[in-house]
Amino acid sequence: MESPVLEVNDLVKEFGAVRPVNGVSFAMRRGEILGLLGANGAGKTTAINMILGIVTPTSGSIRVFGRDLARERIAILRRMNFCSTYTQLPGNLRVWQNLTVFGKIYRVPNLKRRIDEVLELLEIAHLKDRVSGNLSAGESTRLNLCKALLNKPELLLLDEPTASLDPDIADKVRKVTKRIREEDGSSILYTSHNMRDVEEVCDRIIFMHQGKILFTGTAEEILDHFKEDSLESLFIRVARGGEIETAGESVTSAT
Amino acid sequence: MTFSTIQALVLRNLFLYTRTPVRLVELVFWPLVDLLVWGYLTVFLQKHTGDSFPYQITFLIGAVILWDILFRAQQGVALYFLEDVWSRNLLNVFSAPVTNADYLASTYTIGLLRAAVTSLLLSVLAIVLYSFNLFELNWTLLPFVFNLLLFGWSLGMISTALIVRWGPAAETLAWAVPFFIQPFAAVYYPIDALPGGIRWIAELIPCAHIFEGMRDGLKDGAVSWADLGKATGLNLLYLFLAGMLFVRVMNTAREKGLLTKFVAQ
Ligand SMILES: Nc1ncnc2c1ncn2[C@@H]1O[C@H](COP(=O)(O)OP(=O)(O)O)[C@@H](O)[C@H]1O
Ligand SMILES: [Mg+2]
Repeated sequence: MESPVLEVNDLVKEFGAVRPVNGVSFAMRRGEILGLLGANGAGKTTAINMILGIVTPTSGSIRVFGRDLARERIAILRRMNFCSTYTQLPGNLRVWQNLTVFGKIYRVPNLKRRIDEVLELLEIAHLKDRVSGNLSAGESTRLNLCKALLNKPELLLLDEPTASLDPDIADKVRKVTKRIREEDGSSILYTSHNMRDVEEVCDRIIFMHQGKILFTGTAEEILDHFKEDSLESLFIRVARGGEIETAGESVTSAT
Repeated sequence: MTFSTIQALVLRNLFLYTRTPVRLVELVFWPLVDLLVWGYLTVFLQKHTGDSFPYQITFLIGAVILWDILFRAQQGVALYFLEDVWSRNLLNVFSAPVTNADYLASTYTIGLLRAAVTSLLLSVLAIVLYSFNLFELNWTLLPFVFNLLLFGWSLGMISTALIVRWGPAAETLAWAVPFFIQPFAAVYYPIDALPGGIRWIAELIPCAHIFEGMRDGLKDGAVSWADLGKATGLNLLYLFLAGMLFVRVMNTAREKGLLTKFVAQ
């Protein structure tokens, strides 16, 4: 059997007394789009940051492409990329300058051509010579995505890529996400608190709450399991700390 | 260490300087103000002391130029980090395949370029305005300047480490750290000018020996090997310690999630 692209085992992160990630395990198949769904503070970003090596786990292990992240971080990061609503590319550089800098860091071959390709893909080719800081929020997010696609990452981490986007641009971002999976075979880990996002884009969803995984499955499986008719209502029920009835056991979401 | 990565990180800063020329003001304006103030003070003192004019005072102009080399090198490292904080680019850089060595090597290169711009400008102006020629030191200038760069890099790493450790509130350390040591660094006056009880501090600062050596060199043209030796030895020690500190703080930052805190605010 093919080894998973990403394998996370009993991952824990403690910041002093808080435990934003509390024993998370999952694996990702090659070419899979996996959604990390959860309310604000569920621990999604902390989990992503650990997979990027920006935050070291308190315990547990992360294997990417079958290799240990703690030991071979740099080699692994070359084949990954990342885009988050919380980061930007330097606003005082032009769009092509920013992409050139990151293209070189990721050792992208035929960089000039690749830059044109990703700009076309995100439909911002006309902004190539613009100053990055003058782009609108939607354009800026798409530029961030361009950076994340430069090296055709085998594993792409997207942390709330559609937050703060209008529905039209958010839709484009979702389509691009699916397209690069088809074309490049990338595996994509996608965090969101937007139901629409994960339902439309993700093959499988991990539902996180207070640092733990409540359930993993397709959107239908989750609804079936929790006896809800929409992810939205399940989300609200969990977020408000209600009793969660599952098919098997009963879990209290508030701790 | 990967050459293409270092090249890319240096390029990011060159783009910054060409895109926002106002960033260059800092490389030109403050050093120029220093040169003019100390330069005309020297001219004034010279007029009023006549033949008894002590050579140390002529060196004030040289001191301005050389201190600036140290300062620009330190800033090259510290501001490099802050530029990425200010532009919310920090996580893009630290989630990319960039090693500590790549990162430091590129900040050194930037420090070197910055120091080169400022020191060349000031050296030429010093000749034109005050007939003070730093290049009279000939080739001995090179090891002295190189030592200043080394110490600037150490201070830069220490500044960055402190900023990472203590967060955005500590940003001003990028400008303050060199001035913590300036009183003991024998920049404008010899170590002897300090009260006996604190001279030992100056002895431990590499650039104090550089400034002492330069003053001697300008006086009688002889290279002060002892000073150069002490400075180099201390520099290697500090470079090693600062490097260790930087790596340690980066590891702590990953444990405590400090890098992400620059983003959250
Ligand atoms: N560097 C940090 N130091 C202390 N606490 C943190 C840090 N980063 C995140 N947290 C805490 O961890 C919890 C989870 O945050 P986060 O992973 O950002 O959740 P999400 O992305 O799901 O909204 C929050 O309560 C947050 O305050
Ligand atoms: Mg988050």
